[in-house]
Amino acid sequence: MNLDAKIPEGPLADKWKYHKGHNLKLVNPANRRKYHVIVVGSGLAGGAAAASLAEMGYQVSCFCYQDSPRRAHSIAAQGGINAAKNYQNDGDSIYRLFYDTIKGGDYRSREANVYRLAEVSGNIIDQMVAQGVPFAREYGGLLANRSFGGAQVSRTFYARGQTGQQLLLGAYQQLSRQIGLGQVKMYNRHEMLDLVLVDGHAKGIITRNLVNGKIERWASDTVVLCTGGYGNVFFLSTNAQGCNVTAAYRAFKRGAGFANPCYTQIHPTCIPVHGDQQSKLTLMSESLRNDGRIWAPKTRELADKVRKGEIKPGDIAEDDRDYYLERKYPSFGNLAPRDISSRAAKEACDDGRGVASTGLGVFLDFRDAINRLGEDVIRERYGNLFDMYNRITGDNPYQTPMMIFPAVHYTMGGLWVDYNLESNIPGLFVGGEANFSDHGANRLGASALMQGLADGYFVLPYTVGDYLARCGISSAGSISSDHEAFEEAENGVRERIAKLMSIQGTESPRSFHKRLGHIMWDYCGMARDDAGLKKAIELIPQLREEFWQNVRVIGEEGELNQELERAGRVADFLEYGELMCRDALMRDESCGGHFRSEHQTPDGEAERNDDEFAFVGVWEHQGDDKEPKLHKEELTYEEVKFTTRSYK
Amino acid sequence: MNLHLRVWRQKNVDTPGGYKNYELKDVSEDSSFLEMLDILNEQLVEQGEEPVAFDHDCREGICGMCSLVINGMAHGPETATTVCQLHMRSYKDGDSITIEPWRAKPFPVVKDLIVDRSAFDHIIQAGGFITARTGSPQDANEILIPKPTADKAMDAAACIGCGACVAACPNGSAMLFTSAKSSQLNLLPQGKGEKDKRVMAMVSAMDEQGFGNCTNYGECQAVCPKEITLDFIAKMNRDYATARVRNFFSKAI
Repeated sequence: MNLDAKIPEGPLADKWKYHKGHNLKLVNPANRRKYHVIVVGSGLAGGAAAASLAEMGYQVSCFCYQDSPRRAHSIAAQGGINAAKNYQNDGDSIYRLFYDTIKGGDYRSREANVYRLAEVSGNIIDQMVAQGVPFAREYGGLLANRSFGGAQVSRTFYARGQTGQQLLLGAYQQLSRQIGLGQVKMYNRHEMLDLVLVDGHAKGIITRNLVNGKIERWASDTVVLCTGGYGNVFFLSTNAQGCNVTAAYRAFKRGAGFANPCYTQIHPTCIPVHGDQQSKLTLMSESLRNDGRIWAPKTRELADKVRKGEIKPGDIAEDDRDYYLERKYPSFGNLAPRDISSRAAKEACDDGRGVASTGLGVFLDFRDAINRLGEDVIRERYGNLFDMYNRITGDNPYQTPMMIFPAVHYTMGGLWVDYNLESNIPGLFVGGEANFSDHGANRLGASALMQGLADGYFVLPYTVGDYLARCGISSAGSISSDHEAFEEAENGVRERIAKLMSIQGTESPRSFHKRLGHIMWDYCGMARDDAGLKKAIELIPQLREEFWQNVRVIGEEGELNQELERAGRVADFLEYGELMCRDALMRDESCGGHFRSEHQTPDGEAERNDDEFAFVGVWEHQGDDKEPKLHKEELTYEEVKFTTRSYK
Repeated sequence: MNLHLRVWRQKNVDTPGGYKNYELKDVSEDSSFLEMLDILNEQLVEQGEEPVAFDHDCREGICGMCSLVINGMAHGPETATTVCQLHMRSYKDGDSITIEPWRAKPFPVVKDLIVDRSAFDHIIQAGGFITARTGSPQDANEILIPKPTADKAMDAAACIGCGACVAACPNGSAMLFTSAKSSQLNLLPQGKGEKDKRVMAMVSAMDEQGFGNCTNYGECQAVCPKEITLDFIAKMNRDYATARVRNFFSKAI
């Protein structure tokens, strides 16, 4: 597998400029319309890429599984988007954002990509403001900022607690404009079920129309996947119900490398699980940690009384509260990065000091902020989040502290890409959460929106054009969907669906999904170890076999069938989960969100092993009955030195 | 709790639908309304009956995908709440619950409780955007937007495009949806350049899609999960009137 990252020459700060000006080839405006680009996914990365490429003149087809491109899951991001604007005069710079992101990612991301991300972050804000995104403002009319975890400057731009929604709708509006102009053909309620390679290049996809079940072939000159993350492998996560790994996993099976699948982010501030009927977990924005203080009772006895409802949280005296983040990490306090905050919550609960009926919860308390600033200011800042919490739990957070617990939220791993966001399959580009490149082993808050838009607006439009130019104008539109590669891929998709429909066992796809989720959470969740991962690698194939023997998919193939949709996604998760566990087992160190219990310092911090594991773990599919093969992309740092992350 | 459900079942757009009754047991009051439907569906799969199809995705009230009329109310009984945020503690043991899809001519039923809302996308495609080419804007802080203006634009921008306003309106009007987007963009300085063109294009797209007129029932505002208010409809009417007048005179010149 060729893992040449194609990082341009020159000093870090000049690489992207130089690359754009010297290396990337251009396509003449009159020729662009002859090329057909497929974009799968309509979130921040996909929507922005489709709109920008269409605006440049390419013919674009965009696909999403939802009923409208406006519903992609980027919409659910709450807190904000980072940009190194230094509008607050607190000493921010591109370098600082770059450094914070590398450090936040625990030195497991690629330096050049991260620098570029920080470099274009300012343009993103300019672009989104021009599109009419109503960011929060000061009274004088300038943009407002707030702070987020893992940084000591205020560089986060926000639109109430709905920043993701507003940015996504901005991108959706640009996409809609291009649809209206006929430059983008939009296919809603279509799910990509396979990638088609012609002579080793990505030249099309196979989709299922989710309304009438029709299997269709789409030929193109290049394919861009912006299909999000794989957090739903855990069944319970903060992802939308439909989020899935299928498109990325199908690309993996066609030869694309899957990088760092074990890197998953467990977000510290989610609403605790209520019981067995739960279908998803809800995030409470990290921005709440600007004013909320996190604590657990100091003693098990007190925690026990809270759990039984004998005392109220407010009854616990100040001295009996353990503000553990402030205690352990005084310089970052409640704004310690996500992986660290999550583990600290787990530690308190493992110690028997957890609250909520299950014992799996800690407090996020606004009492002091309300006393200091007044209820109105808090309502202005977080009103919609407080309302959301109230609706879900029935508790009023203005009066009683919120209860929170970590939950699966984001996946840093993804398809391997080079500096151009091109995978090892020529012509297959991957953007947003679906790729692996920028967040290393842990993503900082307010950086996912930044990365999605950076990829979609400021990277892919240049690098996709470069690929097309390298292919030459004679190749434009030369691939027809009559090619035998499409025949083969379509037949494969049809056979798989027929097989799912024919089993007619006794257990629903949802039930299998739930069982897989338990295995993943127990053995590949917040803490992992050798024995547990080995056990999961045994259990998952058994569950998979059971699935293919006993799944029951009701309904017809040729019509809208949500059971069939879920069955296909769960089938891929059942293979993908095993890959994650293999990666977690291979990575015999702790780093960022990947915490191996064997590797921790005496005070419970993650212990990296830079001598042996400073690489990207990239897996190659070898065949259905064979173990995947590991390849390594060594991570070399020119600018930053490895240090132990400290937020103390 | 135990519940009696009466659910709209419809095979596809061409086949007439009807209600079916189901009994459901042991639903936790902490479950969400959609989790209650998940339980129903698991029960149906067990009995070999086809599960109820319904739209849902984020389950946290922001994607706008869920779309159920519950006992006659779009998104159910709670104010400022989407179906996915509605929890079963709003109900009690033994309740009867009728569940049906959005009903409006421009939103044909696709299956069971799922409707086709692409008419909304067509309205946005006609003019619900600011033309801002990628890569060409000035520094974000060069456009000063006073806080009250930004806040007002944000109030409108909170729309999730779910379509409850249309479902609740006796006229099947999409004025609240359309005015939310046109007002957001027309309020902001960045959107002024295309203000007239935008409102005229969006209003005519709305009419072409078959949505009805507004006769000030106010049902839309009452069910809107994001509390979008009728003043945006007033603003759109004003923007539309001035655009028409300006357009008339500019043609005369």
